[in-house]
Amino acid sequence: MVARRTVPFADPYLLPMAALLSAIGVTTIYRLNPDDAFRQSLWIVIGVALFALTLVALRHDYRVVENYKYLFGLAAILLLALPALPVLGQTVNGARLWVKIGSFQFQPGELAKIFLIVFLAGYLRDKREVLAQGRIKDFGPLFLIWGAAMLVLVQTNDLGSALLQFGIFLAMLYVATGRAAFVAAGATLFVVGAAAVYQFVDHVQQRVTIWLQPWTSEPVPCAQTGELALRQDCGSFQLVKSLYSIGNGGFGGTGLGKGTFTTTAGDPIIPFLNTDFIYSAIAQELGLIGAAALLLVFMLFVARGMRVALQADDGFSKLLAAGLTFGFALQTFIIVGGVLRVIPLTGITLPFVSYGGSSVVANFVLLAGLLLVSNRANAPR
Amino acid sequence: MNRAIARLALVGTLLMVVLVVATTYWQAWAAGDLADRQDNQIQRVAQFTIDRGRILAQAPRTVLAQNEERKVGGRTLYFRRYPPNGIAAHVVGYSTQARSRAGLERSRNDYLTASNQQLSTVVERTLDDLKGATIQGNDLLLTLNMRAQETALRALDGRCGSVVALEPASGKVLVMASSPTYDQNVIEEDFGALERIQAPCKPVAPLYNRATYGLYAPGSTFKVVTAAAAIDSGRWNPNSRFDDPGYCEVYGRRVNNYDTDRPFGNVDFRTALRYSINSVFCNIGKELGALALIEAMKRFGFYSTPPLETPDNERAPSGLYADGELFDPEVDSDVDAGRFAFGQERLLVTPLQMAMVAAAVANNGVVMEPHVVDRIIAPNGGVLRRTRPNELDRAMKPETASALAGMMRLAVEGGTGTAARMPGVVVGGKTGTAETGVEGTNNAWFIAFAGRERPQVAIAVVLEQQRGTGGQLAAPVARQVLQAILGETANS
Repeated sequence: MVARRTVPFADPYLLPMAALLSAIGVTTIYRLNPDDAFRQSLWIVIGVALFALTLVALRHDYRVVENYKYLFGLAAILLLALPALPVLGQTVNGARLWVKIGSFQFQPGELAKIFLIVFLAGYLRDKREVLAQGRIKDFGPLFLIWGAAMLVLVQTNDLGSALLQFGIFLAMLYVATGRAAFVAAGATLFVVGAAAVYQFVDHVQQRVTIWLQPWTSEPVPCAQTGELALRQDCGSFQLVKSLYSIGNGGFGGTGLGKGTFTTTAGDPIIPFLNTDFIYSAIAQELGLIGAAALLLVFMLFVARGMRVALQADDGFSKLLAAGLTFGFALQTFIIVGGVLRVIPLTGITLPFVSYGGSSVVANFVLLAGLLLVSNRANAPR
Repeated sequence: MNRAIARLALVGTLLMVVLVVATTYWQAWAAGDLADRQDNQIQRVAQFTIDRGRILAQAPRTVLAQNEERKVGGRTLYFRRYPPNGIAAHVVGYSTQARSRAGLERSRNDYLTASNQQLSTVVERTLDDLKGATIQGNDLLLTLNMRAQETALRALDGRCGSVVALEPASGKVLVMASSPTYDQNVIEEDFGALERIQAPCKPVAPLYNRATYGLYAPGSTFKVVTAAAAIDSGRWNPNSRFDDPGYCEVYGRRVNNYDTDRPFGNVDFRTALRYSINSVFCNIGKELGALALIEAMKRFGFYSTPPLETPDNERAPSGLYADGELFDPEVDSDVDAGRFAFGQERLLVTPLQMAMVAAAVANNGVVMEPHVVDRIIAPNGGVLRRTRPNELDRAMKPETASALAGMMRLAVEGGTGTAARMPGVVVGGKTGTAETGVEGTNNAWFIAFAGRERPQVAIAVVLEQQRGTGGQLAAPVARQVLQAILGETANS
């Protein structure tokens, strides 16, 4: 309703696809844990409300946000740094990503991602000509804000988000300047940086070893217990069990509600099943057919998003839409690719599908952004 | 800018394509491998919803594994129950949630869970699945003779060791006992109980199947293989004469006959086997050479894992071992053929392999493939698969086998194996007493065949870390088990 009023000319497929993904998510979460599903629905309501609010607030010309780009950049860093604060911060599952106020928990990183994209879009549009010439001076503010963001992410052990931000940054830089050399340079930097991090951070080394060799036939030292154990019983048990879950789905899946996720005693086999590993739950119950269909919806969403970027007629809009869409695609790839052992596993949420309030809300705001850009591009004038 | 966006769109789409490909890989290409992995807990739990087939044995009809239905969270799950005495624990194995599977429960899991690829099973399973009915597994009927199996365990009487009995003409496993045994139910319920099992040997290792995985020095029972090679070569026959000085020169050192250095003097080959005279076999070995002996051994099935339905990693090949690995020498000088020929050197054998040796002698020189699953029965009662006797190899000429059988009978009638004599039954056997390296303790061996008119059973018995000889300790065990089997075939 709000969308009809405020963005009548927006792409007609994006919103239904987001709704479909959310529905699949809630259904799967309900099957796994009905209480979580209720909370998830509540978050979707909040997400939709914020989505409407964004549309209403920016219905005339969303490009005003461009004027506040530095503010967005700063806000992003602040949001990212929030969990590191002593009172507010909460450590969950080894990463300090949460803010807790009263009984209200929130992962500010998700919103920070969108703020950073807004900042990048604004800044890059402003400086794209000079940047393309490659003068170091002009990269200053860019590296400052973006570097600070990366630092915070690495500091808080949130490797998945760090990888995501880096990817978005490179993609937007490429779109702005059209110079593949920047991407190549960035990728090189990434490899060097990753190698350095690999050398010095145990956590990262573990992730990579798990990725390369999830199964061992001989016991290896187990970092969690300090004893010798097969790796599939120790560090890589999440990944391995999730792969078993996917494999058990086979071609047609076990059928919704008939998958195996708990032991005979009722204990869960795979941890974080409705967040990081929701894809392996879906893949088991819906099989290759269902999982591929789900991925096709993601692919369509990406295609439509990119179409919006192509149709937009000013640089800021193009950059914003391309950044938001690519972020969406890359986030999907990082988590599903991690679960499928295509890349090392780092825990982030699957957009719209995974359980998690911050993620749902942030993705609805992202959707609002895309619709706004799309509306403006298609509006008759 | 649009060109860059178009390229980025391509990248974004390709990322999703990669995910679809990866999903296809895991769900179609690699799904089978994942399902086969022993640590696949999901597969294991999912299989608890299948009414797993039973494992049965005959004479008398005994259920060795069955299901217990329990409702858990709205689902009916089938848990495994085994007879608590662990009577055939090592053959049957276990299927649990906590510790994967072993034994036939592991190697025949596909039939037991109706996931074998035979058309009739596939149709049944798919129909059940569509109807929402519980999938029913197939039953296994074993060749084990339960009366004899029980006798074997009772005769072993808590000592460490094993008894294997085969039907020579078919390769049916009639007895496969490994002691100490264990109650398979504790694997799921109280794994620690296994460590509390006591037995007079080290390691106690109740879980492993000594019959197929236990490697022992064969001692003089190996002389049967040497004798087969010798007679088969045509250079010796049961009447060949030897001079026994009471010892044998090996690399300039004397190796004495067992427990005596009194020379037997001039004897024939028959007498040499009857009294197990080391020097005679030592000289035969030196003349034949190690490689020729190994050639003969391989025809009995040594140097390869004996066929059986239990999992491959629960069976070991017999032969010379060096540094824990099977050792197949390339030149004669790598091995001391003299000591090799009477069962020393670095020879290690399984009870199953020695039972196959006795069975070959009893079956005119032909070794049959041992098998323990007689048939597989579908839920509707139809026979899905029946195991047919299959020839493994010809170990020796028929004439050699009958000459050797005669020599082994002499050893029981009035030689080292008299403890296995039975009225009305023809028994041929060979004792073995192998030093274990620990002063004063031996592995006591006896291998034999027996039957009322022609040989109906071949048997191998080994007792670990004993203070006594094979003739004193192992032969009486063999006699009791043979009696249990033959008593029955006579009645039926």
